[in-house]
Amino acid sequence: MLKLPGDCAEGEIPLRLELRGITKRFGDLVANDHIDLTVEPGEVHALLGENGAGKSTLMNQLYGLLQPDEGTILVDGETRIFRSPRDAIAAGIGMVHQHFMLVPVFTVAENIALGAEETRGGPLGWLDRRRNRRDVLETSQRYGLPVDPDALVENLPVGAQQRVEIVKALTREVDLLILDEPTAVLTPQETEELLTVMRALSDTGKSIVFITHKLKEVKAVADRITVIRRGRTVGTASPDTPEHELAALMVGRDVSLEVDKGPADPGRQVLKISGLIVDDDRGVRAVDGVNLVVRAGEVLGIAGVQGNGQTELVEAVMGLRPARAGTIHLDNENLVGMSTKRILRSGVGYIPEDRSLDGVVREFSVAENLVLDTYDRPPYGNAFRLNPGAIASSARDRVEQFDIRTSSPDSAVSTLSGGNQQKVVVAREMSRPLRLFIAAQPTRGVDVGSIEFIHSRIVQERDVGTAVLVVSSELDEVVGLADRIAVMYRGRILAIVSPDTPREEIGLLMAGITAREEESEQ
Amino acid sequence: MTTDDAVKATEAPPPPDRRTTESRSFLRHFLYLIWSANTVVVTVLSVVLAMIIGAILIIVSDADVLATFAYFTARPSDALTGSWDVVSAAYADLFKGSIADPEAVTAWLNGTGTWQAVFTPISETLTYAAPLVFTGLSVALAFRGGLFNIGGQGQAVIGCITAAVAGFALPLPVVIHVLVALLAGLVGGALWGFIPGILKARTGAHEVITTIMLNYTAGLFLTWLILQNGVQDPNRTDAISKTVDSSAQLASFGGALRVNLGIVLAVLVTAAIAWLLSRSAFGFEVRAVGANPAAAKTAGISVAKTYTLLMVVAGALAGLGGATQVLGTAHALTPAVAGNIGFDGLLVALLGRNRPWGTLLAAILFGALRAGGNRMQSFSGISLELVTVLQALIVIFIAAPALVKTIFHLRAARAARLGASMAKGW
Repeated sequence: MLKLPGDCAEGEIPLRLELRGITKRFGDLVANDHIDLTVEPGEVHALLGENGAGKSTLMNQLYGLLQPDEGTILVDGETRIFRSPRDAIAAGIGMVHQHFMLVPVFTVAENIALGAEETRGGPLGWLDRRRNRRDVLETSQRYGLPVDPDALVENLPVGAQQRVEIVKALTREVDLLILDEPTAVLTPQETEELLTVMRALSDTGKSIVFITHKLKEVKAVADRITVIRRGRTVGTASPDTPEHELAALMVGRDVSLEVDKGPADPGRQVLKISGLIVDDDRGVRAVDGVNLVVRAGEVLGIAGVQGNGQTELVEAVMGLRPARAGTIHLDNENLVGMSTKRILRSGVGYIPEDRSLDGVVREFSVAENLVLDTYDRPPYGNAFRLNPGAIASSARDRVEQFDIRTSSPDSAVSTLSGGNQQKVVVAREMSRPLRLFIAAQPTRGVDVGSIEFIHSRIVQERDVGTAVLVVSSELDEVVGLADRIAVMYRGRILAIVSPDTPREEIGLLMAGITAREEESEQ
Repeated sequence: MTTDDAVKATEAPPPPDRRTTESRSFLRHFLYLIWSANTVVVTVLSVVLAMIIGAILIIVSDADVLATFAYFTARPSDALTGSWDVVSAAYADLFKGSIADPEAVTAWLNGTGTWQAVFTPISETLTYAAPLVFTGLSVALAFRGGLFNIGGQGQAVIGCITAAVAGFALPLPVVIHVLVALLAGLVGGALWGFIPGILKARTGAHEVITTIMLNYTAGLFLTWLILQNGVQDPNRTDAISKTVDSSAQLASFGGALRVNLGIVLAVLVTAAIAWLLSRSAFGFEVRAVGANPAAAKTAGISVAKTYTLLMVVAGALAGLGGATQVLGTAHALTPAVAGNIGFDGLLVALLGRNRPWGTLLAAILFGALRAGGNRMQSFSGISLELVTVLQALIVIFIAAPALVKTIFHLRAARAARLGASMAKGW
């Protein structure tokens, strides 16, 4: 259902974009290998691919953040060279990044004006705030994107911040909008709204390039789909293509989206959290009276939109963040006030949610990362010295056992792909006897093949009788892994439900709407 | 596409092509290595570039040679030979003063000279190098743990003070006295490093600020202390302390030579720090905290404890540097006893890429420039400041490897990350 230029709303200049043979290398790695892509005016074009497939690299070249090594970018048939985002914006291309580029303490209007401030009296004159505000309101009404120009960005929910980003791009009068993984941080309901906005924008003649790895959204909104795998275009598909075919195109083989596991056999209460209260970095209450029990041999999944206290909850259990009140019992021992080292030593395994920040030391070798928390324990060493022989031989074993694809255990972890880095963390945390295993976002930024592997490892750990706590913002992951699901919203556990509960219901819970409230609203 | 094919396509990374590497001749491989901008090459080229700019400065600062440039177009040979003479004489003196003087060698072989005269240049080089090894290691070790220890100077000053006081105030027998004095210097420096360490760990106070402040504190404490009764030399009215007992002095090798046990200690300590970094549990913690404090903390390493202990060890190293200075060559406290060894330590660590053995080599290079500079000043009449300029230029080129790469058209390689390491300290 391509739209012809004539279909556009009045006054819009349609933009036809063509990328020809775009190639980008980072050292030996070819991130983009002769990629061709055409975006017709008014089209929603989905760029589908796994993490690390080269989607963002491609778009960064289009937006002028990177320069291609080979290939050309054509806008309306003319070759263009973008040295910076300024050039791209001038050519009518805007981008909303995965991580928002907003100043939290500025108002919405100030953020939107930032970089293109209207001034009176020349470039060094004073800001024309009134005109900025008017422009923002005008754009917001024209495209049906409600934003409050005077609200401080830090007070806005994530979905609204994203709208600000989109309005910001639209005020620059762009005709092609790149959305980089826009739904990663949204609730299912916010996602639905965004998809509606995207359709509305394309109706006014704007083209949209929608980067994602979520198949459902692609099918819901895209006019055309280009699939990228390992830096190459592997095909263009229409949205009617069945999901499993798209998945196969994306990863290059048939994958099981379901987690293969038998029924749980819950035993004693291993982790018992009572009345836990934790503050976040700014001193704002993040965990507000959580009670939770995880039993041996079961997986408890915590579902929730990011930023509802899951991070702080897990960090408090790991001794990485002080608890304001409440107790955390591992069997009969209270973990509150204990050092992280002692907590790890008492049989807790932990996959942190931010792998590159908290999980691995990128400069360290694979072998060193594998002993990051056991370097001072036999056989790897003692309080004074390391035993390089033992570290190396155990690294060789574990590289094989956990299928870590690396040229050598001595290679720096930064040379590994995201999935293999995560396997290093998994291998480290799972190669000692555990009572409790905590996995926060265990498969974020991990390719589908590694996801399967990590999921099966987590299920294995459960089956040997470890209590497992999985935190994930991917509902599919929680539903697939968990035996019970706790939905967290604004620092509280709203409900504990069975994984058979309909998705919509869990989605509503994630947005803070319990069944009772919904009834009263209707 | 069948599933099996797809698996192969996605899973098997292309094996590195061995044949191309093997078929490449040794020479070509060697040249490739040279032009691939590795750290050693960039360092050597930085030294070369600094020497070239130094040569220009020598020519410009010589009025006679400069005069010949006035009629350069008429008779360029005057200007060229004049320039060549003054530059080659200066750099020859730099060499003779730091490594070996061919005349002294011939004299010794003829039986007219002494062996001491042959080894004097090297002796001078190593004498100047020894304290720099310690202060350089202090900065390098702290940096590996992510701390920018600007306080080497203050820690060295305190090391000088405690070592000297132990040297002249304690009546102890021969071997024990020197050991106690060294230990005193080590403890003094460690204490001075502990303060910024604990402040960083407990309150997050930035170590750059606290160590700079403690440099002033230590320097002013030294000038005050020297004039106190029991410290000041009773026979002198100026600011100089009593002389360290001979039992506490670091023994020198062979009469006329100044070089002493300090350099031996420096090599041993370098080996110890190299071991500490690569093989000890503490070194592992230091490297982990330095590379990624968040991951270290998550893995159960106490970042606060590591910072504190790291600053203690770094301070101890700088203190030991001060101790070797006062027990090896100065023998008495003066307001300038520590010279500039703490700040030079920063440059030495940068030049040595924060690696223990690299730091040792860099310290020897700086020692050689200093020793040769002395001779250059007295024989060629070129100011000792030129040496400081050379040192600074070397460091600038090291800190801006992109510059060296562009000048020599080196292959874009790891060089880009070399010097940036230090600059990110803030």
